[in-house]
Amino acid sequence: MATPILEMKGITKEFPGVKALSNVSFQVAENEIHCLVGENGAGKSTLMKVLSGVYPHGTYTGEILFNGKEQKFGGIADSEKAGIAIIYQEMALVPEMTVYENIFLGHEIGNGTVIDWDETIKQAGDMLKRVRLDVNPATKVKDLGVGKQQLVEIAKALSKNVKLLILDEPTSALNEDDCENLFKLLRELKQHGVTCVLISHKLKEVIGIADTVTVLRDGKTICTLDAKAGEVSESILIKHMVGREINNVYPPKDHKPSNEVVLEVKNWSAYNTVLGRTILKDVNFYVKKGEVVGFAGLMGSGRTELALSIFGNPDHYRISGELFLNGKKRTFHNPQEAIDAKIAYVTEDRKTDGLILIQDVKQNITLANLHEIANNGVVDNNAEVKVATGYRGELNIKTPTIEQKVGNLSGGNQQKVSLGKWLFVKPNVLILDEPTRGIDVGAKYEIYTIMTRLVKQGMSIIMISSELLEVLGMSDRIYVLSSGRITGELPIEEATQEKIMKLATD
Amino acid sequence: MSFGANLKKVFSQNIREYGMYIALFVIMAIFAVTTKGTFISARNISNLVNQMGYIAVLAVGMMLVIVARQIDLSVGFLAGFLGAVAAIAMTQWNLPVFIVIPMILVFGILAGLLTGFMVAQLKIPAFVASMAGWLAYRGLILLVTEATGTIIIPDETFNAIGNGFIPDFGGSFLPGIHKVSLLIGIIAIVAFIYNEIRSRNKKQAYGFEVLPTEMFIMKLVIISLLVGTISWILASYQGFSWTLVIVLIVAGVYDFVANKTIIGRHIYAVGGNPEAAELSGISVSKILYLVFGSMGMLAALSGILFASRLKSATTTAGNLFEMDAIAACYIGGVSAAGGVGKIMGAIIGALVMMSLQNGMQLMGTGISLQYVIRGLVLTAAVIFDVATRNRAK
Ligand SMILES: Nc1ncnc2c1ncn2[C@@H]1O[C@H](COP(=O)(O)OP(=O)(O)OP(=O)(O)O)[C@@H](O)[C@H]1O
Ligand SMILES: [Mg+2]
Repeated sequence: MATPILEMKGITKEFPGVKALSNVSFQVAENEIHCLVGENGAGKSTLMKVLSGVYPHGTYTGEILFNGKEQKFGGIADSEKAGIAIIYQEMALVPEMTVYENIFLGHEIGNGTVIDWDETIKQAGDMLKRVRLDVNPATKVKDLGVGKQQLVEIAKALSKNVKLLILDEPTSALNEDDCENLFKLLRELKQHGVTCVLISHKLKEVIGIADTVTVLRDGKTICTLDAKAGEVSESILIKHMVGREINNVYPPKDHKPSNEVVLEVKNWSAYNTVLGRTILKDVNFYVKKGEVVGFAGLMGSGRTELALSIFGNPDHYRISGELFLNGKKRTFHNPQEAIDAKIAYVTEDRKTDGLILIQDVKQNITLANLHEIANNGVVDNNAEVKVATGYRGELNIKTPTIEQKVGNLSGGNQQKVSLGKWLFVKPNVLILDEPTRGIDVGAKYEIYTIMTRLVKQGMSIIMISSELLEVLGMSDRIYVLSSGRITGELPIEEATQEKIMKLATD
Repeated sequence: MSFGANLKKVFSQNIREYGMYIALFVIMAIFAVTTKGTFISARNISNLVNQMGYIAVLAVGMMLVIVARQIDLSVGFLAGFLGAVAAIAMTQWNLPVFIVIPMILVFGILAGLLTGFMVAQLKIPAFVASMAGWLAYRGLILLVTEATGTIIIPDETFNAIGNGFIPDFGGSFLPGIHKVSLLIGIIAIVAFIYNEIRSRNKKQAYGFEVLPTEMFIMKLVIISLLVGTISWILASYQGFSWTLVIVLIVAGVYDFVANKTIIGRHIYAVGGNPEAAELSGISVSKILYLVFGSMGMLAALSGILFASRLKSATTTAGNLFEMDAIAACYIGGVSAAGGVGKIMGAIIGALVMMSLQNGMQLMGTGISLQYVIRGLVLTAAVIFDVATRNRAK
């Protein structure tokens, strides 16, 4: 290995009831792209938080050497000064501020009191050029797509003279073009002396970009593999991550949808009064009992809006069109009515609108269906514990107890809690919005298996997903959306990646 | 682990929760010394409890309002105004007290729902909506008391709410001791111990973390002693006052609703993450109506307690009550970010605020200095809270 820019030795980090990292060592060579992989809860994010000072010196044991010097970061500011920047999956930009304000937020250019805006805008422009982002620096961040926002974050890191850039699951919310873009940029930055640590669950892209891969499992370093020497393949990575071999990505399809149509939507249009534009136009689709219907499309094609408009329309779009449930025409005025009609919606973003992070696992699981475990409005704690324990087992949620705060779980396990919550309303129609975002291979398979089991029991599933392979692997039928319209319907036998992509960009 | 190590661990894990008890204890101890014991005399403790009543009920309601990420500044003058309305109803409209009290409570609910309407339906920030209420109710108090000035309330029953004590029986047995109060205290201790043991056993059966045995026993002993001592002190004076009974009932009911019922869960969910709550089928606006409605009702109760205590309605009644109530919530560990806060915390917070006021009055501290010290204690409490919260992360 070339000279290491970073060495973490014997890192151990404990939370009450959880040993997140035990004696982890991690070495990164200068000017490489180093991928960190592992199952949900393996400790990847925690390790990076230790490195970047989110967990300051003294809250963990072990040693960090950066640039050959021992470092004792007391906070993020210290690690930034040393040249380490971390970019989280959740964006850390201020949406209401402009791009240039965001880039220099916290290290403004000026004489110490007064900001020199002209210089700021000029330098912001330079930074944007470095990340190959062609937008006006005066654009507000909220008006940019996720992919572009991420580039702004990188520009911000570059403006701080970063030497080591850490990206925690940067691609889980990006479409393929944006991913490509990002990777091209990372390779380029490598040429200019920026070392990069990348956490990802998408093994294909890991293999594509990594120089070196380190695998964590259960808070321990399993191995470090040299990708340039051809040591990695998907099956090798999976074996190290999971500790056993996984041969199938998708469970066998041995169910047959019935011919009974459960949900049908006709001439469905929606107008977003806040944005002042039409977001869905003449959408027609149906779902049969025991069927998995995939909704493919690019980010922003209106799939989430479609789901919300069906699920009680909480954002108050102006809607026209008809919705039939089991043949009866229905109108839902709020999510409660949709839930009562046995429709469930597992949101795309578990942190902002899926879960209550400050509450514990059991409270989150029972929230949407408290009546089931209550007598006369009084919640029966025993029943609650039973329900939560049941879903914890069924979905294999990794948590020390069901009284753990959901905010303390790893991303993948949060997703499972979210799924458990909606299974507990015992729906007939389950809408899954990006169900496997940020989830490891093993857990993905588990979720697919659960989906298969549910449709066999007669549930109908609408699966919104930006991962084409997943749509192809799991659906019985596929609709493709583009700019709020359904541009095509494909039976699974006829569907291919190319056809979907073509329809999605129609 | 050794007892000492256990103690340290449990203590440092729960420092936030224990902090307010320690603060209360320290404040009481200081006043006990500086007033040469007057502060902890039976008479003064009894007095303190009665003084605390009208802030405690406000703090309980405010706790839920803040948990739901809102604030209500109007409740102080609303309490004062409704107290004046009660006085007028009895003295000028000649309504009997058992009609006046429910009527005032209903008025309170309506006033709270009005704030709720502005917040939930018209989407006006609670700070502004309730500040408008603050101004309006302040004006209304002045308006209704303009002609008469202070209105003296002659009704004995009404005045007993803030000044009277529950009746006793048992005759010559244990003279000088209020037997019913003592009995209630003992029953409370037994019920508490029984409940704690039951819930601990249940938790253990589920494999949840529980306090180590010695610690658990220590907790039972300390709290039992505390409740026992207070009951004994009060019983050896005139017994439990009606105000105390009312506060205990309000606290008990609200604690039950907050912790055990669907509605309580929904309130905490809305405070924890309103978007997620809405998508879970909870109507956020219904919850807002509910917490503001309940706040209004408790403001009315607070007004009744205060008017009854003074046996009159004054033009300045309600001044700064809302600030004391909000301060009580923050001392009691509510989170400004919403979703976190316990009813018990509000009560302890109210006790802290009122102990300060009462103790300093006994010491003869000037009113100006009193305000400064109350401000400092509030700041210290919140600094402590923030510091321990960051450390817990
Ligand atoms: N603040 C915390 N308090 C308690 N436990 C925590 C906390 N943060 C993380 N953990 C636990 O530490 C373990 C490692 O979590 P971490 O977030 O590092 O996993 P990860 O590898 O990033 O997983 P994912 O791929 O799902 O994001 C998990 O078991 C998690 O529940
Ligand atoms: Mg993570």
